[in-house]
Amino acid sequence: MLDDFFVRALLAGIGVALVAGPLGCFVVWRRMAYFGDTMAHSALLGVAIAFLFDINLTFGVFAVATSASLGLVALSRNRSLPADALLGILAHSTLALGLVLIAFMTWIRIDLMSYLFGDILAVSRTDVMIIYGVGAVVLAILVAIWRPLLAGTISPEIAVAEGLATERARLVFMLLMAAVIAGAMKIVGVLLITSLLIIPAATARRFASTPERMAMIAAIVGALAASGGLFASLEFDTPSGPSIVVAALILFLASLTWRMVEPERLKAEEVTGTE
Amino acid sequence: MRSEKFGKDADLLVEIEGLGVRRGRKWLVRAVDLSIRRGEIVTLIGPNGSGKSTTAKSLLGVIAPDEGEIRRAPKLTVGYVPQQLTIDRTMPLSVGRFMALTARFPAAAITAALAETGVAHLAGAALQQLSGGEFQRVLIARALIRKPDLLVFDEPVQGVDFTGEIAIYNLIGQIRDRLDCGILLISHDLHIVMAQTDRVLCLNGHVCCSGPPEQVAASEAYQRLFGPRASETLAIYRHDHAHNHASEGAPLSANSDDVEENPLSQPIRTGTASGHRHA
Repeated sequence: MLDDFFVRALLAGIGVALVAGPLGCFVVWRRMAYFGDTMAHSALLGVAIAFLFDINLTFGVFAVATSASLGLVALSRNRSLPADALLGILAHSTLALGLVLIAFMTWIRIDLMSYLFGDILAVSRTDVMIIYGVGAVVLAILVAIWRPLLAGTISPEIAVAEGLATERARLVFMLLMAAVIAGAMKIVGVLLITSLLIIPAATARRFASTPERMAMIAAIVGALAASGGLFASLEFDTPSGPSIVVAALILFLASLTWRMVEPERLKAEEVTGTE
Repeated sequence: MRSEKFGKDADLLVEIEGLGVRRGRKWLVRAVDLSIRRGEIVTLIGPNGSGKSTTAKSLLGVIAPDEGEIRRAPKLTVGYVPQQLTIDRTMPLSVGRFMALTARFPAAAITAALAETGVAHLAGAALQQLSGGEFQRVLIARALIRKPDLLVFDEPVQGVDFTGEIAIYNLIGQIRDRLDCGILLISHDLHIVMAQTDRVLCLNGHVCCSGPPEQVAASEAYQRLFGPRASETLAIYRHDHAHNHASEGAPLSANSDDVEENPLSQPIRTGTASGHRHA
């Protein structure tokens, strides 16, 4: 089954989306969209470095995305620049550095487009296995840090005062993001990874009444977008990344026609009304 | 030394000695000493920017102090009602789920805690839909469900009208009696909290004065900070507190007779208090 390139891509796409959905909820809640973008853009530098030193590509991307996120945290502590300016600098300079480095390596022919926009042909058997193996670990860790991470997102002060290790949860969360970015790169491409995190989460918001439900719905929406997009990519011969993002966008737009799910609101009002 | 001290005095929950917190070169607070015992309500009052929240957050471990020492009793369970909390629209959060923010609780415990603060009917509502008073009561319920040894309330009556204010302060008094916990209360007006307070620390970057509420109100340092009228207001409220006690968590109507006599609080407050009765 894994011999077919399309099945491999489909499995990989669904696997990445299942993990990206729940993580993406935190990206939305914590307003980290540009942070995610910056980490994703740095992935191309990871690709260049992996080629340069002849190390595993996924590992190279993971290492560079992790360093970029830790660098950002360190730089944002001294507060001499506003956070968005810092993100802009890091996002684009790492992308540019990656492109320049790759151009220097004349001895290797690299299909840049497949890294920037994803390529369903690029997914190997090993990639699929890594995605599911790492994906399971990422989800397990996310479950383990869920309470401190969520409490730290809602109110860092309450969480710290009541003894939760929010700072550790936040650092672990960044490692998880780096892992997802490394896994998602081949499928959606470095330029579009953030959309796989954000669009399914934003779509899920309208159907969810608790954070946990939103995370689960985001995973399902992401998986739907990944499979829909990949089928379209095969059908219309379009690059896989943009096709998946367009599929996610269609789901998001469709969700807007839905009434926001807040059935309890009426109930609450009825009760207060009768008092 | 730490365990020695807390061993000797089993009721001592937390002790601050010579606390100092700095932002750049400016000291937000300095040389603050404070201790809280089980069953005691300690109130921090002071003008805006006097370092009340900073002191509380240092005590809670949210802010790292630049100076001084903070000692907590071993295995201290803390409940915290922060001054401000905005829940983003992107976060789907029901009141019931919010109750389990920092630890798991059985559904029955959640209902009971919400009932204690009079908001059990809101368990299914989204946090973003609550009014100011409802939100404060939910915050208080969330803090007390932990059965804390120490409860910290940072301005718990923000966005609450006058009747609601008294009801919430009475509720805090009841919580202390029932849980037998220590309470640190932050407020900017002494006159309403005073009925429920055992000890007051008047703060303005440092401890200006401290002691039982009557003594602090009469002190020169307090009058310098809040003006002589502040203690007049206080005197009027003083004999009033006995019949404002709520017997249960539900809001009471404030007995407004005393408010009438007080020209200072009259124009601001009558409009919002719903239960005014005139004798």
